[in-house]
Amino acid sequence: MSKELFRTCPESGLQFHKPAELLMKAHAVVAVVILLIGGIAALLVTLTRWPAVHLLPADRFYQLLTTHGVNMLIFWIISFEIAILYFCSSTLLKVRLATPKIAWFAFLLMLAGIIVNNAAVATGTASVMMTSYVPMPANPNFYLGLILFAVGALIGCFIFLATLVIAKDEKTYEGSIPLVTFGALTACIIAVFTIASGAIVLVPTWLWSLGYINNIDAAMYRIVWWALGHSSQQINVAAHVAVWYAIAAIVFGARPLSEKVSRTAFFLYIAFLQLASAHHLLVDPGLSAEWKIFNTSYAMYLAVLASMVHGLTVPGSIEVAQRAKGYTNGLFQWLRKAPWGNPVFSGMFISLVGFGFLGGISGVVMGTEQINIIIHNTIYVPGHFHATVVIGTTLAFMSLTYFLIPTLFRKQVAFPAIARLQPYFFGIGMSVFALAMMGAGTLGVERRHWDMAFTNATLSFEYPASAYTMMGIMGLAGMVAIVGGAMYILVTVVSVFFGKSVESESSYGIATSRVMRAEPIVIPDGGHAAAGKWGFAAPGTFLLAIFFLVVFVLYYAVNWKYLASVWPLS
Amino acid sequence: MSAIQPPAEIVWWKQPLDKVEGTWIGIALVWSLIMFFMMPFWHVYGKQNLSSEAYKTTPQAYMAKAQAMVDQYTVRTETAAQLPVVRPPPGSDVYLVGRLWQWWPLLELEKGQSYRLHISSMDWQHGFSLQPVNINTQILPGYEMVLTVTPDTSGEQTIICNEFCGIGHHNMLGKIYVTEGG
Repeated sequence: MSKELFRTCPESGLQFHKPAELLMKAHAVVAVVILLIGGIAALLVTLTRWPAVHLLPADRFYQLLTTHGVNMLIFWIISFEIAILYFCSSTLLKVRLATPKIAWFAFLLMLAGIIVNNAAVATGTASVMMTSYVPMPANPNFYLGLILFAVGALIGCFIFLATLVIAKDEKTYEGSIPLVTFGALTACIIAVFTIASGAIVLVPTWLWSLGYINNIDAAMYRIVWWALGHSSQQINVAAHVAVWYAIAAIVFGARPLSEKVSRTAFFLYIAFLQLASAHHLLVDPGLSAEWKIFNTSYAMYLAVLASMVHGLTVPGSIEVAQRAKGYTNGLFQWLRKAPWGNPVFSGMFISLVGFGFLGGISGVVMGTEQINIIIHNTIYVPGHFHATVVIGTTLAFMSLTYFLIPTLFRKQVAFPAIARLQPYFFGIGMSVFALAMMGAGTLGVERRHWDMAFTNATLSFEYPASAYTMMGIMGLAGMVAIVGGAMYILVTVVSVFFGKSVESESSYGIATSRVMRAEPIVIPDGGHAAAGKWGFAAPGTFLLAIFFLVVFVLYYAVNWKYLASVWPLS
Repeated sequence: MSAIQPPAEIVWWKQPLDKVEGTWIGIALVWSLIMFFMMPFWHVYGKQNLSSEAYKTTPQAYMAKAQAMVDQYTVRTETAAQLPVVRPPPGSDVYLVGRLWQWWPLLELEKGQSYRLHISSMDWQHGFSLQPVNINTQILPGYEMVLTVTPDTSGEQTIICNEFCGIGHHNMLGKIYVTEGG
């Protein structure tokens, strides 16, 4: 391969292949623009659901809620994920990206899909929410845009896989692929499954909207659509867990506690996460209890087990790295002395804690077959997934961005003081926002609903005052999160387009080198656990994990008790 | 920076586990299994389980059954729209229609009695959300869901639509009145 296409980043030691670099930049820039569009929609939607403000008229609200859902859950995240796939293959393995021209074609398809879909929603003829449940019809271009985007993303996945093949063939690395690349591979495999499901459901629905097919069964649509809708969130989980490991490695030089455990946990995602389409069908007509129990629990909660493992091993690896640096006092000195002013770390850590405590626990609880009866389609559901997808995935990607601005874009991070505070505004605002939604949902407030006061309805209903309080807190906290999102957009846009270049040189034309294996672990005197306590290498993390488990068990039990107070059903 | 580098050991799967990982995996696995067995346990010992009884139907066929029930058991009408309030006998089949944008008819049930509640949609997907008791299910066109419900609190319950069904979605309400037995 021609060496003039490679450069090394002097600070990180990472090696970039020029065509891959341009593609990563293009995907990341599109992603951030989409985040801005979705964010403006988020602001207006939140201001409408905040009862004291109730800003938009109903038609505009449903339209913007569709815009918000599709752009955030599909376009922003998957665009950023394609950049991550290219990073984890080409950059981490010091290899040329496979077929850059086809990669640009894929990029253009994705961009076209984003434009076609958004244009359809903008006409007001496709206010069908992200789920576009049949038989509610949408403008055919709504589905067409999603299909174009999905085809582009699928090509991106195969370019990632082809790049792995090239790296193996050209022996650009020693031994096995890095754990982070393994996580990206997990995300890619899930993405292929997801996009295939999307094609199976959206192509016929598009033909139906054009009049070529006369009926799409509502129950069938839901089963297959959720293999797209839920699994696409599983791509996010795999991707953001990979980002957590990457940031732990970049900031702390942390190594996985054990490659075997972390890789097996990723493998459990591949094997079981896709069953979760059942989470959305637990109160649908006609599905058997056996089907629901097996699928909603990912067989026997094996994918939940995997997340609980990552939740321990990521902070655990940070703890071990910090203890090796001498932060061995007590259980938590390693955490107190972590670089809380570095947004790469603080964002990642808030992402990890928020994903586990808020998103993870609420997801398992509401995904329990019978408990779903008291939660399905209440605003608890968006409360849950704002914790997983926004605090978990989006915040992890934001923190990675602060690393990519100097390394990939070769720019200094603008407004460092704002960047330092951004993860706190966004993470804490979004946490309170999600908790308030869950509180309101527990009181029965519906999701996707313009008017919780039912002002124009023939009949009437009044929610308790506490539900209005919760929705008010949601509105306020939502504004804090919006400010956090705006801070991110401000910092990234100004840094990338108007920022000062970094001072060090990083010019193209270096000879490529192989990716060497990590240094072998030097076991300290007294064994692996000598720096820890109780024979554990990471006792502080273990204590945090036990605290997590206690919260989990209590909250799970409370929800069963609440369910038991509901009318008997059989 | 080893998570972004190939593992130090070529044969990394033989690397021993740290005690912290092994212990946590054991605890997490036990908890996973407890959560898994809670669901079948509740089917046997709990009182809130949805039946999987459901039938394929058509809006016309379903509407005919609902209309027959309304014709037979209407006890009064409410609101300017003359919405029928139906009081079916305990134990009987009760037909609730979800359509753009109402739950029809209004129902009057007796506390402590069981009813076979059928629900279907005449048009798009709807969400049956009974408040404040907080029971939520998904209602699909072409499918007739059957739930055996036993109201154990008296008073007024409101059926809200909690699946987005177009521009009148937020006005789609219905009622279930539960009277003290007698």
